[in-house]
Amino acid sequence: MSSSVPTTIPDFRLTPTIDQVGVEERAARFRTRSIKKEAKVAGLKLALSMIDLTTLEGQDTENKVRQLCYKARHLHDAYDGLPTVAAVCVYPSLVRVAKQALGDSGIRVASVATAFPSGQAPMPVKLDDTRFAVAEGADEVDMVISRGRFHQGEYNYVYDEIAAVKAACGEARLKVILETGELGTLDSVRRASEIAMHAGADFIKTSTGKIKPAATMPVTLVMLEAIRDFYFQTGKMVGMKPAGGISAAKPALHYLVMLKETLGNAWMNNHWFRFGASRLANDVLMQLVKQQTGRYQSSDYFSKD
Amino acid sequence: MSRIPVLKTYKIYIGGKFPRTESGRFYQPEDAKGNSLGNLCRSSRKDLRNAVVAARAAFPGWSSRPAFNRGQILYRIAEVLEGRTDQFVAELVAQGSTAKAATKEVELSVDRLVYYAGWCDKYQQVFSAVNPVASNHFNFSIYEPMGVVAIVAPEESSLVGLISTLAPALAGGNVVVLLASQSKPLCSITLAEVLQTSDVPGGVVNVLTGFDSELLPHFAGHMDINAVIYGRQGADQIEALQRGAAENVKRVSLLGDRNWLEAEAHDPYLILNTQEVKTTWHPIEKVGGSASGY
Amino acid sequence: MLKNKEQERLALEFSQGWSYAPAPESTDHVQLQERYSLFIDGKFVAPSSKKYFPTVNPATEQVIAEVAEAGKKDVDKAVKAARKAYDEVWSKMPASERGKYIFRIARLIQERAREFAVIESMDGGKPIRESRDVDIPLAANHFFYYAGWADKLSYAFPNRRPRPVGVAGQIIPWNFPLLMAAWKLAPALATGNTVVLKPAETTPLTALKLAELIRDSGLPPGVVNIVTGAGATGAALVSHPDVDKIAFTGSTEVGKMIQRAVAGTNKKVTLELGGKAANIIFEDAPLDQAVEGIVNGIYFNQGHVCCAGSRLFVQESVAHTVVRKLKDRLKTLIVGDPLDKNTDVGAINSAGQLKTIRDYIALGKSEGAEFYESPCALPQAGYWCRPTLFTGVSQSHRIAQEEIFGPVLSIQTFRTVSEVIDKANNTPYGLSAGIWTDKGSKIFNLGQQMRAGVVWANTYNKFDPTSPFGGYKESGFGREGGLQGLAPYLQFD
Repeated sequence: MSSSVPTTIPDFRLTPTIDQVGVEERAARFRTRSIKKEAKVAGLKLALSMIDLTTLEGQDTENKVRQLCYKARHLHDAYDGLPTVAAVCVYPSLVRVAKQALGDSGIRVASVATAFPSGQAPMPVKLDDTRFAVAEGADEVDMVISRGRFHQGEYNYVYDEIAAVKAACGEARLKVILETGELGTLDSVRRASEIAMHAGADFIKTSTGKIKPAATMPVTLVMLEAIRDFYFQTGKMVGMKPAGGISAAKPALHYLVMLKETLGNAWMNNHWFRFGASRLANDVLMQLVKQQTGRYQSSDYFSKD
Repeated sequence: MSRIPVLKTYKIYIGGKFPRTESGRFYQPEDAKGNSLGNLCRSSRKDLRNAVVAARAAFPGWSSRPAFNRGQILYRIAEVLEGRTDQFVAELVAQGSTAKAATKEVELSVDRLVYYAGWCDKYQQVFSAVNPVASNHFNFSIYEPMGVVAIVAPEESSLVGLISTLAPALAGGNVVVLLASQSKPLCSITLAEVLQTSDVPGGVVNVLTGFDSELLPHFAGHMDINAVIYGRQGADQIEALQRGAAENVKRVSLLGDRNWLEAEAHDPYLILNTQEVKTTWHPIEKVGGSASGY
Repeated sequence: MLKNKEQERLALEFSQGWSYAPAPESTDHVQLQERYSLFIDGKFVAPSSKKYFPTVNPATEQVIAEVAEAGKKDVDKAVKAARKAYDEVWSKMPASERGKYIFRIARLIQERAREFAVIESMDGGKPIRESRDVDIPLAANHFFYYAGWADKLSYAFPNRRPRPVGVAGQIIPWNFPLLMAAWKLAPALATGNTVVLKPAETTPLTALKLAELIRDSGLPPGVVNIVTGAGATGAALVSHPDVDKIAFTGSTEVGKMIQRAVAGTNKKVTLELGGKAANIIFEDAPLDQAVEGIVNGIYFNQGHVCCAGSRLFVQESVAHTVVRKLKDRLKTLIVGDPLDKNTDVGAINSAGQLKTIRDYIALGKSEGAEFYESPCALPQAGYWCRPTLFTGVSQSHRIAQEEIFGPVLSIQTFRTVSEVIDKANNTPYGLSAGIWTDKGSKIFNLGQQMRAGVVWANTYNKFDPTSPFGGYKESGFGREGGLQGLAPYLQFD
């Protein structure tokens, strides 16, 4: 556990309450921001650079992962000056393949772990899962919290588990998936966010992508505000990763608006913010080409992976 | 030798006590034959000031009583008043009524109190509202008392007119400073004695006697009176009252044209006359696809 | 955990990096004439004085159009037209038909909503985001709501027979020009009255566009008359002997003048006047949403809102946190071109109002309160004021007592429930109040104790046609909106 994490553990039963209607109103207000012209191009490129290009399916194969990694490095070669995505996110068994395929591109490999997506496994299994992913070369680990334990009110268990996984990560950065779609209320999202951050999360992440609803702007706003409060309480920055359900460029820009107006510019980069998405990149690319050419685009002109 | 009767001294009623006017002055209203009705207090503006202070102090307690309890107290006033029927009839007769008319007026006064006693815990149900706003909020409007209400009681029908203007204000949780009929003030002081023995807390009703020409400008201009009910018909007084009321945006209602002797001269809208509408909003959490539903 | 002092070394940075390009609302679809006359008896007619005055865009100081100044004669003409329309047409029309005209007006506003929004922002300085999302839709909704009441009035007043009052004279302010016109016209028409409406002198254009729309709607001539002008025009309307009812929204000072002016007449009056609302934040409140409520409470419409939450009371235990969050939030408010879709705070409505606000800011500083303003840049031309707050304010400061009607917040702290109730009610005003706490029983307690006509609990500055609005004490009397908004335009047998 890093030394900057506070030594006193707060009572998580006392986390701040959230007014859901107020959060919805605030989120809606971000969506009224109009992003045009050069601001749009800059925003879209920034969004591309924040993507964790993801494949998390039972049918994933080595070839599928290699294709995805090529796409990660060559988003759209017809367009000069594009960034690459931030990371490729795969299951632990495919980390080694991804690592090799990405080579020296600078694109990181993120691995889900801890019996993703349900997390319903004994703690030793989860820790082994984590250590395996890291040993295979994962730069980042995306763990899931034990939602069942959370609902039982065993916040200390959830905390201890995250802290243990964090220790197992070693140098790898830890993203903690709250699976907000299973938490029920925004109050619970806030509580789970605090548990994760206090236990040592480098990122907090909304969803596995396997449960609906996945990322929404209100949920993400509550988590960003938790990050903001944690920053002022501890001096420690934590990253944010909304995942699942963000597949179009316009909502992605609204997430960036929300990020900028909630946490400011220090978080406006892929060290502190990621989009977990499989289809977002192509829609962003289509919008960028449209800005360049003035013509609305067709998906036929953009490679799937 | 016949017994010498003990005459009653008419005082004023402030904060649950019966002081004389601080000014020491008196006046002698007369009956139709020119006989004096007694030495009545000619209240001063300082008496008015004291009455408003007493009323304001009584407002939080009275307005926050359960409506049911206010209803019981109004009913209690009716009971005690009924028991004093003979005294009120005698006073009305002394002020010029026939015995028959006086009896009818007292009975009507009792019935009117019973009528408003029943409204205390019902007008809110009838007139408040849940408003179906288009956003995710629960929104409701309720009635609340205005506060200190000054009543310039009708000059004629000096008992039932007084009850008819007083009872709706009390039923709605207001506190009252009342100026009695100038020419027929006897019943107002006797009513104060009824109030004092009817579980009405001190200060909730305060009764002054005296000259409206002297006191009305102070009723109009007093910054801690929230509303005035004017039960008389002087056009000049109305204009002066309305003009003065602007000092603190008082609400003025004019009831001088009512015939309080009619059996139907009562309705719950007279309660609303001294009520404010308060509207409250609160968000409704919308989780799991639930709609507001209101 | 870091202590408050240590936290002060930390800061969020909002000014650098990615920013939004200008996103101006297009104005090419807006049709405006160079000169507007008075709308009397269904036609636009020149004022008898032939005098016109300019209406200025407060964001550019450029003249948008010239508007007629109605004198006594013109007002008399308008009242006569209203009386004739009342006697001959409007009072005889079946209520359901009356309602259909009002529905039609609602629909026409919806159809032309964007044009109205743009003109509202040009003439008054408010951000297009607000005129587009709040003012204009609410105005249309208000007509839609009251239209349906026209033939159902007897259900609103059990055991009573309602009748219209006759001719209503209505005077509206400059902060929500079209919305206030709707608040006045819709219930008056639905209850069967005819109207002479006077818009504010600095913001007459949407009312005049509404006049065009009303003419196009086929509403019988004279049912709605719109006369423009300044205070003298309003005074002529108030004192006109054939006006049966005065409805006024504006300052408490003018409201008192009106109350005096109608003394001794039989005119019915409703007044919707000033305010100095308390917005109360308890330590158990959802703080981030409360901060948003504070911002909506005082910086919405540049603080030109009678129910603005201009007095903030924060429980001492969270005061440091709330003020820090609020200051950060101020940094993200975009101040500038009202027609830019990203603008949060627009132009101050007039040079006169800007001076008033500046005087109060200077006063607050001289009273010793601690001043903070948003660090945003301001445009060169036009009337502007940065979102501002004062901390260290006490109840005795004038900035905590007087209505400023601008984006200026005064912040006080408190310790206990009874203390804050006392302070919140310690004002001659009583229009609105805000309460922020997670505890339901506390909300109901405070909601009851606030001497104010509108209580927003865990929200602020919400409006709806079904929701009655109006004040206690010197904030005026009568309600607008909802069922209760009907009574001021009715008399009963």
